[in-house]
Amino acid sequence: MKTNNIAFAFFCALVTAIMAFPLLGLKMVSEGTGMIIQGATASTWIYIASACMMVFLVQLFKTSLNSGVEQFKVQLSRLPTPSLPADQHVRLEKWALILIIGLALAWPFMTSRSSIDLATLVLIYVMLGLGLNIVVGLAGLLDLGYVAFYAVGAYSYALLNNYYGLSFWICLPIAGLLAATFGFLLGFPVLRLRGDYLAIVTLGFGEIIRIFLNNLTTLTGGPNGIPGIPKPTLPMIQTDPEFALISLDFSRSSREEGVVPFHTFFGLDYNPETKVVFLYLLALAMCLAIIFVIRRLIRMPVGRAWEALREDEIACRSLGLNRTAIKLSAFTLGASFAGFAGCFFAARQSFISPESFTFIESAIILAIVVLGGMGSQLGVILAAIVMIVLPELAREFQEYRMLMFGLLIVLIMIWRPQGLLPMQRPHLAIKEAEHA
Amino acid sequence: MLESLLYFIQQLINGLTLGSAYALIAIGYTMVYGIIGMINFAHGEIYMIGTYVAFLAITAMGMLGIEYLPVVFLFALLSSILVSSAFGWSLERIAYRPLRGSNRLIPLISAIGMSIFLQNYVRLGQGSRDVALPSVLTGGWTFGPDDGFQASLSYMQLLIFIVTFISMSLLTSFISRSRTGRACRAVAQDMKMANLLGIDTNRIISLTFVIGAALAAVAGVLLGMQYGVANPFIGFIAGLKAFTAAVLGGIGSIPGAMLGALILGIAESMTAAYFSSEYKDVVSFGLLVLILLFRPTGLLGKPEVEKI
Repeated sequence: MKTNNIAFAFFCALVTAIMAFPLLGLKMVSEGTGMIIQGATASTWIYIASACMMVFLVQLFKTSLNSGVEQFKVQLSRLPTPSLPADQHVRLEKWALILIIGLALAWPFMTSRSSIDLATLVLIYVMLGLGLNIVVGLAGLLDLGYVAFYAVGAYSYALLNNYYGLSFWICLPIAGLLAATFGFLLGFPVLRLRGDYLAIVTLGFGEIIRIFLNNLTTLTGGPNGIPGIPKPTLPMIQTDPEFALISLDFSRSSREEGVVPFHTFFGLDYNPETKVVFLYLLALAMCLAIIFVIRRLIRMPVGRAWEALREDEIACRSLGLNRTAIKLSAFTLGASFAGFAGCFFAARQSFISPESFTFIESAIILAIVVLGGMGSQLGVILAAIVMIVLPELAREFQEYRMLMFGLLIVLIMIWRPQGLLPMQRPHLAIKEAEHA
Repeated sequence: MLESLLYFIQQLINGLTLGSAYALIAIGYTMVYGIIGMINFAHGEIYMIGTYVAFLAITAMGMLGIEYLPVVFLFALLSSILVSSAFGWSLERIAYRPLRGSNRLIPLISAIGMSIFLQNYVRLGQGSRDVALPSVLTGGWTFGPDDGFQASLSYMQLLIFIVTFISMSLLTSFISRSRTGRACRAVAQDMKMANLLGIDTNRIISLTFVIGAALAAVAGVLLGMQYGVANPFIGFIAGLKAFTAAVLGGIGSIPGAMLGALILGIAESMTAAYFSSEYKDVVSFGLLVLILLFRPTGLLGKPEVEKI
């Protein structure tokens, strides 16, 4: 047994060496017409050697390490943990949500401009995560091309504004509607496919949309994207000199008719930060609206049907539920939320290009849903914060940033496969009479 | 008339070359799916690593002054297979084995994380810019009139055909004849039962990953030598195509993956030649959707019987 262990540990160390040596230790450099290989610096060699050494030791003492971890877990479980009955848990979630909303409302007035910007980005991903959560978390349909609907939303605002001069507020419902239409058109034929087939078809759809955006140069500007998309304005009713509906924008001065700068309307000094705060609050409002809609939906028959379908399709069909209609409703609704998010994204960025809508974006949104604990709204919010803020915090590690990001996803999945905050179903239970 | 025929033949040759390389990558997807039912999203990165190692090996041979082609090619092939297999083996150990038996989305996310990790690992070691390799094997045969369009079959393309054919035959006979191959099929059919009958399922799963990685490495060497360029991000699109091919043929079925890959390769080169090279991916995904609509489990996939 002992020698076996040593042999295996040695094998693992050897594998580590094989993986590390050629790719990290040797580097191709072009010289003249050909290529030559350069060896790495001494410190790299030391790193590689110590990595192998570490793998060897960890594998050698794996059993004792494991038992140590088990001991630790046992100790942890002995600690008194607050265990809550289900209905209290639901109430707790409600309070947590209220607390988060309160914090989110206060956020722009407490922090700096850059962190408000980051928070706005997080909110966009919260919207996307919540939308995909309906499709993947609740209805159990694996959608790997969710970013396509996001792109449809973003491009519909950018193009409608570019060609017809339509404003953000007119485009927002149109973007949602267009994305939903795309979702419906795609969903109609493909939703009868089983899990993984559905996944690859949606992935393909996402790529197709991106390729079209890239190549329809006359319409979309191709890889150069669409610049100069206007920021959203705030609609306001004017009473003086006459009763009219005007829009307030957040620039220093405005030349357009019917558009008044925010600070002149309210008689304030111009402050460039108001624009950022406004965008943040708008994103927050959209998020809250989406959260509210979904919270209602999952209590309605259609929401229950989504989950029932995810759990057992055959049972659902034998109870007379229309499988296609239920799946399609989830898919279309999820797509429309991505459309809203896309519209807002285009307005915030004021420049979009197909670069922003690659597969990795879909993967990050999916990771947010799974990481959060599928179906759980609080989980999605938490995971969106983790996934967006962590890479930003790690900026100082520069090139190691994405490396660590990838590794972190793997580690979180191993550590908590059920997600950070798994979903708890609101349900009623008959309270037992106390001290009967 | 002759000219358009030759043009067509040329596209067919190009398509078959591309398709056979896709087939090598697609096998990895389909075998892993057949056994543990997960999409190994990091498989494309294994192919990319294979290409890089082949480039390193060929450059190293060049520096040593060895130019005899079979030696160079074999050395590149073997080192690439060795390194890629190590990656395939550790990938399964680190990212998938702890997650076995959980919801099927969990390993998928873990695979995406691993894919990001591997891309950036290679980027750190080798830089994110394209590396170009001067072609090792040049020349070929041409057919057709001297003054008109000439169809050509390069030695490199022939090499791709031959190596793919040999790898596929080896794999097929391994799976169908050998004792371990039989164990593989048993595990794919019913893992629990195979385990009860004394098959070390963990070993078989590891082996599947290693075989898949080795074949992806072969594809990496061949396509790397054919195109002569590599960057850390080539794995994604190649993996995507190969996965599409596997699904097209019916995921889980090895002959299906080969068939799907050949169809995909031909469709792609035909679109590029007769329509527009920008839209070749649109056509391949469109083809996938179309085939799945009429055969929801792919061309050679077994129709799923719903058990109640």
